[in-house]
Amino acid sequence: MQSTASHAHTSATDSSHGHEHHEPGFFSKYIFSTDHKVIGIQYGVSSLLFLLFGFFLMLVMRFQLAYPGRAVPLVGPLLEFVLGEDMAKGGIVGGDLYNSFGAMHGTIMVFLAIVPVLFGAFGNYVTPLQIGAPDMAFPRLNMASFHCYFLGGVVMFASFFTPGGAARSGWTSYSPLASITDPTNLFDGQTYWLMGMVLLITSSLLGSVNFIATIIQLRCRGMSWMRMPFFVWAQFVTGFLLLLAFPPLEAAGLMQLMDNLFGSSFFLPQGLVVGGTPLQVSGGGSPLLWQHLFWFLGHPEVYVLILPAIGIVAEVISNNIRKPLWGYKSMVYAAMSIGFLSFIVWAHHMYLTGMGTKVATFFQTTTMMISIPSVIILTALFISLWGGSIRFNSASLFALSFLPMFGIGGLTGLPLGFNASDIFLHDSYYVIGHFHYVVAPGTMFAVFAGIYYWFPKITGRHMNEVLGKLHWAGSLFFMNCVFAPMFIQGFKGMSRRMSDGGTTYFGQGVDPGILKLNNMILWSAVGLGICQIPFIINFFSSIFAGKRVTSDNPWQATTLEWATPTPPPHGNFLQEPVAYRGPYEYSVPGAKSDFTPQGDKN
Amino acid sequence: MEIPYTYKARPDTGLYNAKVGIWLFLASEIMLFGALFSAYILLRVSAPLGFWPDVALAWPRGLLNIPIGTFNTAVLITSSVTVVLAWAALKMNNFARFRVYMVITVLCAFAFLGIKSFEYNDKFSHYVIRLQDGKALTGHIEVDGKHPRFWNFSDQWSLAKLADKKVTKIKVEVDPERDINGHPKKGASHHHEVEVAVSDIVSLGSYTPATHPFFAVYFLITALHGLHVLGGALVLGYFAFPGAKMWKSNPEQFINRIEVGGLFWHFVDLVWIFLFPVVYLL
Repeated sequence: MQSTASHAHTSATDSSHGHEHHEPGFFSKYIFSTDHKVIGIQYGVSSLLFLLFGFFLMLVMRFQLAYPGRAVPLVGPLLEFVLGEDMAKGGIVGGDLYNSFGAMHGTIMVFLAIVPVLFGAFGNYVTPLQIGAPDMAFPRLNMASFHCYFLGGVVMFASFFTPGGAARSGWTSYSPLASITDPTNLFDGQTYWLMGMVLLITSSLLGSVNFIATIIQLRCRGMSWMRMPFFVWAQFVTGFLLLLAFPPLEAAGLMQLMDNLFGSSFFLPQGLVVGGTPLQVSGGGSPLLWQHLFWFLGHPEVYVLILPAIGIVAEVISNNIRKPLWGYKSMVYAAMSIGFLSFIVWAHHMYLTGMGTKVATFFQTTTMMISIPSVIILTALFISLWGGSIRFNSASLFALSFLPMFGIGGLTGLPLGFNASDIFLHDSYYVIGHFHYVVAPGTMFAVFAGIYYWFPKITGRHMNEVLGKLHWAGSLFFMNCVFAPMFIQGFKGMSRRMSDGGTTYFGQGVDPGILKLNNMILWSAVGLGICQIPFIINFFSSIFAGKRVTSDNPWQATTLEWATPTPPPHGNFLQEPVAYRGPYEYSVPGAKSDFTPQGDKN
Repeated sequence: MEIPYTYKARPDTGLYNAKVGIWLFLASEIMLFGALFSAYILLRVSAPLGFWPDVALAWPRGLLNIPIGTFNTAVLITSSVTVVLAWAALKMNNFARFRVYMVITVLCAFAFLGIKSFEYNDKFSHYVIRLQDGKALTGHIEVDGKHPRFWNFSDQWSLAKLADKKVTKIKVEVDPERDINGHPKKGASHHHEVEVAVSDIVSLGSYTPATHPFFAVYFLITALHGLHVLGGALVLGYFAFPGAKMWKSNPEQFINRIEVGGLFWHFVDLVWIFLFPVVYLL
């Protein structure tokens, strides 16, 4: 970051502050920064750490599933030391701790890792650059958004150390399970979870208002809507999803908080008996209400997890095949259709609740409808590859493998969208396999692609290609070894809600082979973890010792973020950027090179 | 570096940034309150038979104080008018008049909150008591010669607590009888006091969230709305006094701020306009 520090100073002289500019201290530069790029990096670093933590929780859970009741090697003593004897006696993961880890794995991965890394980190860093804006529309809200996110993360993390441990009712926190609290311990893990969620929802509200306003208002001269890179479109639609889908969960969270703290019965029906004794509540509430409100967020959230990932992949692919995206406009309209339809499919998560066949039919229809735009996007990306001269660098390999992985994830979702087949599959490992294919090899591969692709812009140095390809090959292999067996387990009817990996049913007509798959999944997950070591080494060593970039546009890309100095200074552009053409003018016949940047006049 | 369109409108959208921001924020707020209203509808229509409305009482209709609610509605609508007048006064370059209207707006907000807390107080000390013989009665209670008050949570009584404190009898100031719509019956006797033996009571609870989902809905929506009123009042109050410095340095942006603040204020008012009929009248 040293080479262009001088740019940063000249352009950061902010007239509105009216005082003389001076070198910002550590805190104002890295903690209380209002620069979208610094906030993007803050989001990136924190969400990757949460990602690692969520992965660690999963490894412990997978060990318990493969070897139920055995002390966890290496980390077992640590668990006992940190969480106390009643939680992890002798380093053994009991049912309660397993439930805690399961709930927190989901919560952390979705709300603290994937959404922040896509929307907070990539969105923050790249979106203003790609539309030619000097910063976000509301820089201070942007900072507040990160701080809320970080506090939410701290609250979630702290919940592990509360008496009784972290929330253990699944990442979906279904009532009444989540509402049955110990009256002597009101501030238990579930209460922490709800408070953490309120902070995270606030963060996402501030972020989404900011993104949408930025994209509407701060596009540079010439950056018309159909000249925006697809990544920006994806962020735009995602912004609306977060803006409109999260508040109902906030409402539900407040209701559950009332149930847990003030003894109300929003989600508690009459005549509820817990452990043999009737619950002392007024009753009259509806457990279904929680599920409706939760999944009203939950389903758009799925597209929050995947749309920005598709955006990253579109950028990386178009650049590395040296061709424009095939069907850019249909991709844009498809993204908008997904955005709209994602609000009316939520109850396909609830076929098992007995909400009625008429309701199920409606949601089954809309669910089939939403697969159409998803397939349009994926098909457009596949067709784009045709006839391209593809560069196989780490970024491009991750982006290319995203396509089949997301394809598997999406297509395995169809049987879950149909009411009849879902009833068999819903509580089985099939569901776990399905959505992890979307989010783990899908979204995560896009995240890695994005990191390898934009790393030179952020740091001014390339990441190591050998380590990058090692990372890619290992991840692709082990990801499939982890998640493909889950489909088999699911078809064989293995429940996804057992802390002992199904041994309870051993010898009761259950094929013992599907239990052996638990061992395969565990060791593949360990292998997957080992494959991230080259990435971690690569990431840190390249910041300090990577090959320096020789130009501001090392990938010979067309979009505006490459028209900035490397790394971009505060305020981003040295001259006012102007977009003269569409975002993907690669290999234009008659052009003097195989790429024509958006900002080039000729 | 300067961010464009912070107070000047962007030519093609015709909007400055904050106006886009506040409309998006309000869209999100509509989803928040919309979810709460939907929850209310779902809970009410899917309630088990005999629970909502209650068989023994014309319940929970007509429990809220409609005259006071109507008055509060008028107070909020007044404040919505004055906030526009404040903005218009600035547009006409009359800062003194702006400040007067803004002060009235903020005073209305606090009047609203004051009246609301009076209503809350009444609910916290209002009890529903179900008796062994299947009958039920509602009214304010007196235990050991004291009325429970809402600012003191230890004043809240439950059956367990009455037994714990070895109270044998409580006095109930019984509400006038109501018809099925919750209106007082024609010629119903006004408040009269009865004494109830604790041993006759099956259950007892104040008009609080734990007693009935209606109160849970009522308190959650009105409290969330009240927080919005408080937040809006603080921001508008800030614009009227310390924040008004900007009128000198950047009048255009200051007018925008009042406009944006006013939009939020209208939204808060609008929520009440929905809330009042849905919760008080229906």
